[in-house]
Amino acid sequence: MKAAVDVRQISKSFKGLQALKEATLEVRPSEIFGLVGPDGAGKTTLFRILVSLLLPDGGSATILGHDTQKDYKMIRRITGYMPGRFSLYHDLTVSENLSFFASIFGTTVRENYHLIRDIYGPLEPFAHRQAGKLSGGMKQKLALSCALIHNPSLLVLDEPTTGVDAVSRKEFWEMLAVRRAEGITILVSTPYMDEAALCDRVALIQNGRIMGIDHPDGLVKAFPWPLYAVASEMMYPLPGHLKEFHLTRSAYRFGDRIHLALREDDPESVESFLRSKGHTKISLSSCKPGIEDCFMELMVNGQH
Amino acid sequence: MDSIEQVIRARDLTKRFDSFTANDRLSFDVYRGEIFGFLGANGAGKTTAIRILCGLSKPTSGEVSVAGYDVYHQTEQIKEHIGYMSQRFSLYEDLTVGENFRFYAGIYGLPVRTIRPRMDEMLRSLGIGHLKGQLIASLPLGWKQKLAFSVAVFHKPSIVFLDEPTGGVDPITRRQFWELIYEAARGGITVFVTTHYMDEAEYCDRVSIMVDGRIETIGPPAFLKEKHQAASMEQVFLKLARKRQNEREPQ
Amino acid sequence: MKSFGGFVIKEFNHIFRDRRTMLVLFGIPVAQLLIFGYVVTNEFRNFRIAIFDMSQDEVTRELTGKILSSGYFILDESLTSTDGIDEAFKKGHIKEVVIFGQGFGKRLEKEGLATVQVIADASDANTANLLVNYTNGIIQDFAIRYRPAPAHPPAIRIEERMIYNAELKGVYMFVPGTMALILMLVSAMMTSISIAREKEMGTLEVLLISPLKPYHIIAGKVIPYVVLSFINAVVILLLGFFVFGMPVRGSLALLLSESLLFISLALSLGIFISTLAGTQQVAMFISMFALMLPTLLLSGFIFPVENMPLILQWISALMPPKYFITIIKDIMLKGSGLEFVWEETLILAGMTLLFIFLSVRRFKTRFV
Repeated sequence: MKAAVDVRQISKSFKGLQALKEATLEVRPSEIFGLVGPDGAGKTTLFRILVSLLLPDGGSATILGHDTQKDYKMIRRITGYMPGRFSLYHDLTVSENLSFFASIFGTTVRENYHLIRDIYGPLEPFAHRQAGKLSGGMKQKLALSCALIHNPSLLVLDEPTTGVDAVSRKEFWEMLAVRRAEGITILVSTPYMDEAALCDRVALIQNGRIMGIDHPDGLVKAFPWPLYAVASEMMYPLPGHLKEFHLTRSAYRFGDRIHLALREDDPESVESFLRSKGHTKISLSSCKPGIEDCFMELMVNGQH
Repeated sequence: MDSIEQVIRARDLTKRFDSFTANDRLSFDVYRGEIFGFLGANGAGKTTAIRILCGLSKPTSGEVSVAGYDVYHQTEQIKEHIGYMSQRFSLYEDLTVGENFRFYAGIYGLPVRTIRPRMDEMLRSLGIGHLKGQLIASLPLGWKQKLAFSVAVFHKPSIVFLDEPTGGVDPITRRQFWELIYEAARGGITVFVTTHYMDEAEYCDRVSIMVDGRIETIGPPAFLKEKHQAASMEQVFLKLARKRQNEREPQ
Repeated sequence: MKSFGGFVIKEFNHIFRDRRTMLVLFGIPVAQLLIFGYVVTNEFRNFRIAIFDMSQDEVTRELTGKILSSGYFILDESLTSTDGIDEAFKKGHIKEVVIFGQGFGKRLEKEGLATVQVIADASDANTANLLVNYTNGIIQDFAIRYRPAPAHPPAIRIEERMIYNAELKGVYMFVPGTMALILMLVSAMMTSISIAREKEMGTLEVLLISPLKPYHIIAGKVIPYVVLSFINAVVILLLGFFVFGMPVRGSLALLLSESLLFISLALSLGIFISTLAGTQQVAMFISMFALMLPTLLLSGFIFPVENMPLILQWISALMPPKYFITIIKDIMLKGSGLEFVWEETLILAGMTLLFIFLSVRRFKTRFV
């Protein structure tokens, strides 16, 4: 199968600071591909290169077979781009924003309304409200409508869920799933690790370096250590004590538990070690790693 | 529970803007040394409440005291006894680490001879004693946030307000940040924190969830999960926030 | 074309929706013109003058009466010697001294020629100029009526001498000057800010990604401001004409075309500024300091260019408003045609092309 997006060894520096280090990835047609990493990891830079707003220092990229540097005009027609911060005109109304973005792509809202019916529908009662006065979740829906109105084959969404509350985030991902079912390829970035599980495939990125690419399940399966969820009566000092244990690879807080990765699978010795530190009511159960576990493992791995 | 000191005591805190009620009869206590998670969807009224608790605006009605001072008349005293940090406003980028500390310590009237040793000790415990002369702008985001927190608690306030302090940082830095929060809480500083990361809600001693200007539920995470029959705080949050949406916008 | 039309409509929406923009566009120009005009016309009441009449005859008394009854002047004191003149000025009450020579009436009778000297305090150059011109007018008027016989041309020769400032600039400086200032402000500042705003909001990214060409974006931004600036120019001219009696002696069509040229120049400058500025604040700052202040200070609007140090004169030669002010003054006051202002017009046109060229080169389809 031919790749929808093909990124080969792209590098980019700003003022001596390397934002991207030979990033390579492939996005398959009609999949949701997630680029997951914290602020400053290089997600926005990579997206800007893909939508032809930036030129890479090295490497090349194609979108549906079109080179992002040579065929940038074509790229701009077939791509729907939603930059961070939603990029709406706050002084224009909801419907004016949508009509405007339709018009600059030479189409009309009526012509392509079917593409956005489910997203834009809930906004219609507010069609004459200024976009600046919408809630975060509604801005996000409007921005997605604007990015979809010219019927793009590829959606590039830069942190569409940042600063939006958990309910709107969930709805947004549901809307993306519908688009994928319609055959649109979606490239989306997020700083929220838990959203990785909603993608078909993800790339984990940190400091301009892509640390791993796979299905969310594949990434999780590749987690190299036995993992336990640990709790005790004294949660505050627990991670510190666990780190002192000689078999501990890592110990991180996860909600109301500590995720403990062991170099050797020996839970009994952990328990007796904790007891020796004065912990009581110790609960220790084997658990499945999540993307966040994998991300932190890869971060630590990369540093060595 | 009478022996435990209340750092925040709110009874029927109400704030109205014209016909819109941003905070509707909020009643809650926050106790000394606890980590209190203040959750809610965008627009639920969190920011309005925090502004009142920080002495930046007055409630329309209700009885509210912070660090023992009344929010109607003693806002100056409140400001002296609280610390504040948000993702948007933290440190001056064009000043060095040391200059930022000295500036904020100066605002709170700390004597020069206490500033220096306390700053040195704080930087040493963070492991960045050597960065004192560095411009803030040259530091990575994670360090900026840790420093912003240290500055916010530098004058040893009774309570520190953290408004989405960990937005956008990597998971390891986020956890390191929370270790700082725990440490401050153990040192007797009460922590009042908002966050969009629901797993962080689990790190709090107690959590309140605001929906539509009201406190919908409040309690320790384990209690809330049991009460709302949910596996995680995220599910508790979604249940409460979605319920509201369905009520407001009938399909 | 559909996409371009949508763009222009959107720009108009931005402008009409923002009260501040509307105020800058239409409120400020009118207010500014009226303030300048009011200040200038208001000064033309009851100026204190001194009269030194050496001849004390019937003619001088009649002429004095004419001057004082004009409403412009009040007699502060009658001088009795030339020594008193300097003294009178230094006291600061008077702005002008009128001196009638000895035997004024007799000489006028016999020789058909008499001399009156008008000395004005030109530390405020424009005022002095206006004072002298008004005095001049009254005396000329008197002279014609005094000796209406067509055989001789008006027979009183006026000898003007300006003290404290040897050369003066024109009377009607403020209408052309205000026009240059306002067109610069509206056109350059507003366009640069509106493009910078798109950068700030992140919307420019989406525009650049769209099939719109860079020149579409630039033209779409510019067209609304061309229209609005042109309306502004016309409003200023109308106000100048009807409220302040600024004449339009030359061709109106030429005047409007030159205004349009200057508007284009200001807009291209605005776009150029926006390519340098990343935020609205920076755009505003550059516009203020690179355009407004020089327009006010170096274009000859307030301070005569001829009196500046050489280096400032050179800098002034780079200031577009300088040429525009010269052109419209010439057209309005002297009735000059294109044959007299073609050099300035060419300079403005050249500057416009230069900035458009620089802008298009800098306004990239990419960020870096």
